[in-house]
Amino acid sequence: MSFWIEALICLFLILGSLFALVGAIGLYRLPDFFTRLHGPTKATTLGVGGMIIASMIFFGSQGDGLSLHELLITLFLFITAPVSAHMLAKAAMQQRVKYIEKTQGKPWDQ
Amino acid sequence: MKRWRGLPHPWLSLVLWLIWPLLVNSFALGQVLLGALLGWAIPLLVKDFLFEVPRLRHPLRLLGYLARILGDIVIANLHVAKLVLGPKSRLRPAFIEVPMALENEFLLTVLTSIISLTPGTVSASLSPDRRTLLVHALDAQEPARLVEQVKRRYEAPLLEIFECSPM
Repeated sequence: MSFWIEALICLFLILGSLFALVGAIGLYRLPDFFTRLHGPTKATTLGVGGMIIASMIFFGSQGDGLSLHELLITLFLFITAPVSAHMLAKAAMQQRVKYIEKTQGKPWDQ
Repeated sequence: MKRWRGLPHPWLSLVLWLIWPLLVNSFALGQVLLGALLGWAIPLLVKDFLFEVPRLRHPLRLLGYLARILGDIVIANLHVAKLVLGPKSRLRPAFIEVPMALENEFLLTVLTSIISLTPGTVSASLSPDRRTLLVHALDAQEPARLVEQVKRRYEAPLLEIFECSPM
């Protein structure tokens, strides 16, 4: 494997990990349930996205032809992540989870 | 639109047929045939649970729309990363009600998913009459602007790309 391909793979891996890390930090730092919900949705988009691109380049450069597994991972994540976020938010509203005071607007009664 | 009873959802069948060889990561003849069998049988078994997908009017514009969403996801990710790492006082969370012009179940699902996937907004609830979507935003300076952006950038193109019954 040439040096440049390795460098490219590393770059995408690091980018993906960084975004996953930011998602985790968000989960820890953000003040209430609803703002924390934004952490996981972020980690699944760019975080996993970066790693998937790195994986495609890696297995593509092994000479086994194009690796398209990864596209399916993206597809399934993009279908399932919003659904779970939606259900979590609904459940939180039903439980009347507290939200920080400066939040504009009101949640609905479920 | 013409419907065959033996093949109720031809496009879904095609997608399933393609997904199978991808899952096993092999385009050997046996796997392709097995994929065809699954693509034919699965829609037939679950056809009562599927909802109607409106006809695609502008396939090329759909590609442009998807590319725009990917770009938005990247930009919004960077923005949210900055918010997460910056001081907490900079957060301006808000519950925002967005009126929906879409009526089709499939398009509503697509739109709410897109809203959740672009970081910074999560669709939290849909009103029982399906006319209003409750969105939680991480950083909403002006809720009215966010509503306008969602409607213009994500909803209007969906209405254009797919054939929809007028309201």
